Amino acid sequence: MAVEIELQPKMPKCWNLASKPHKFCPGCGHGLVLKALGQAIDELGIQDRVVFGCDIGCSLLSWDFFDVDSVQTHHGRTTPVLVGVKRANPDLIVVAYMGDGGGYAIGSQHLVNAANRNDRITAILCNNTIYAMTGGQMAPTSMPGQKTETTPYGRDVNEQGYPMLGPEMVAAITHEGAYVARGTVSKLRTLKGYIKKALENQIAGRGFSFVEALSTCPTNWRTNAQQTWAFLEENMQGYFPVGELKVPADAAGGASEGEEE
Amino acid sequence: MSETSAKPVEGERKVFMTGNEAVCWAALAAGAEIMYGYPITPQNEIMHYWTRNVPKFGRRFLQTEDELSAGFTTIGGVLAGRRAFTATAGPGNVLMQEPLSMAEAMRIPVVVVIQQRGGPSTATVIYSQQEVTLTCFGGNGEGLRIVYSTSSLQELYDYTIKAFNTAWKYRFPTFVLADGYQAKMRESLNIYDPAARGIEMVPTEPFLGRPGKIGEGREAAHLRNTYNIEEELAEVLERDIADYERVAPEIVEHDSFNTGDCDLLVVAHGIVFRSAAMAVRDMAGQGKKIGFFRPITLRPFPEEQFRAAAAKAKTLLVAESAYGQLLKIVQQNLYGSTVPIRTLLKPGVGITPEEITDECSAILAGKGA
Repeated sequence: MAVEIELQPKMPKCWNLASKPHKFCPGCGHGLVLKALGQAIDELGIQDRVVFGCDIGCSLLSWDFFDVDSVQTHHGRTTPVLVGVKRANPDLIVVAYMGDGGGYAIGSQHLVNAANRNDRITAILCNNTIYAMTGGQMAPTSMPGQKTETTPYGRDVNEQGYPMLGPEMVAAITHEGAYVARGTVSKLRTLKGYIKKALENQIAGRGFSFVEALSTCPTNWRTNAQQTWAFLEENMQGYFPVGELKVPADAAGGASEGEEE
Repeated sequence: MSETSAKPVEGERKVFMTGNEAVCWAALAAGAEIMYGYPITPQNEIMHYWTRNVPKFGRRFLQTEDELSAGFTTIGGVLAGRRAFTATAGPGNVLMQEPLSMAEAMRIPVVVVIQQRGGPSTATVIYSQQEVTLTCFGGNGEGLRIVYSTSSLQELYDYTIKAFNTAWKYRFPTFVLADGYQAKMRESLNIYDPAARGIEMVPTEPFLGRPGKIGEGREAAHLRNTYNIEEELAEVLERDIADYERVAPEIVEHDSFNTGDCDLLVVAHGIVFRSAAMAVRDMAGQGKKIGFFRPITLRPFPEEQFRAAAAKAKTLLVAESAYGQLLKIVQQNLYGSTVPIRTLLKPGVGITPEEITDECSAILAGKGA
């Protein structure tokens, strides 16, 4: 018994224990992204200053995930709500948490304009290549050929276009002071490093901070563990390169890229 | 942000200005701290005057990418505990309904000034009363909002100040509903420091980012608008609807004239009420048994007062610059009454006192359709 307890992984202090075990499906990557975020919040000691906003979609299930001030918004509208909070009280550290549909489709105008205005917020976007909560429709990030409920014969890039490269777009339109990175739940410590830097960038008041996290959805991908991992590591990372795309010149130190778990 | 050296309006003074300017000064005088907005005619000058005054009085402004964002950022400002507002019109009001449904669901006291323009679609940038239904009942909800319909620039000033207090006291989204005429015309009005008239501003407080350590001084807030089961939603709605119905009698406002035993009762709101009041007073002066009833709050509606006035009238005339939006509200609130209702409906077009006089004369003479 004692040994078992010792082996229990430590939950971040800022997690809301009352809402654990969490509500995500087995194999879902959201819990890992939120673990990385929780660790970053703990390490920075900012639990009391964070305002966490979640989008609609599976990201909504994170509304009571943390023991930090949290608010549900609407699909695609997390960015403007938190821009509004930050503009009204710049002392707060605001985190907009969304999926690929919320950030790149229905809320893309908000992401683009908040990035261009260099709003001092941290946006974290979970890219699992699919609309998961609504039952597996094509997302802006669905892979070429990927079968979804609305592309049952596979995403045809001539008809449905190519997957959206979000961080590349954000990096292209942001100016000095912005931080942009893409991590993956398969390299969690690196992802945590990116998220921490994204939060530090906001705290330093430099500018817009954006981290896309490549994530998994075995439920809608209809994959077993091995296939899930292969899709994330091979298909997705082949198309969505992992790494930092934009780091402010005066940001201290680099995240340990490629660090092994 | 609220610590400003000079008051934007000291004491009270007479001015000659446009309605959009009056809204700006009222918001400044009310201690509004931040405005979020997106350009759309005919409300633009509210932002123009606001942005010029921002540095003078330590206020803030954000021009957003659209009205969805203007509404949601306003929500963010209120959640952070600020007296925050936005203004819009027409198609902007349509987009604004999404954030306003969130404000309604979560009892977030946003203040929105609407300067109605012609509709549907882009229509005209000029004037209408066609945003009544949208403003009172927009969104996928039950219309748990407070809507003041103003008829003069003095009222625009008075009710903009009042809207902040109503919103923060009752925690329902609150609207000042005016129109392009009121936005753009100039009138004499008194602007004043609310304190000089003994008006106390209801204090604001943050919903998110309150001071104190989580787990020691306070619990983390978890604010929601999404529910898993029907009963969970029903519990919230039943509470909010009960709250709304309980406070409605405190909120409703109306104006009336000559309502006892009249042959004709003219019902109008907003700027059309101005025409109606002129026509009715004139005709009453000539010995006609004619009165008016004017709802100031369109939501909640002064049902009891209206039914009492309508009960003593032989005929009603509903006049509005829309094709029956006030009319629907009137009919709903008159349920069971048999008083005949005549109409003067001019969607998207202004109504002069002469037109109302002509219509009233025809009705009183037993003519007309």
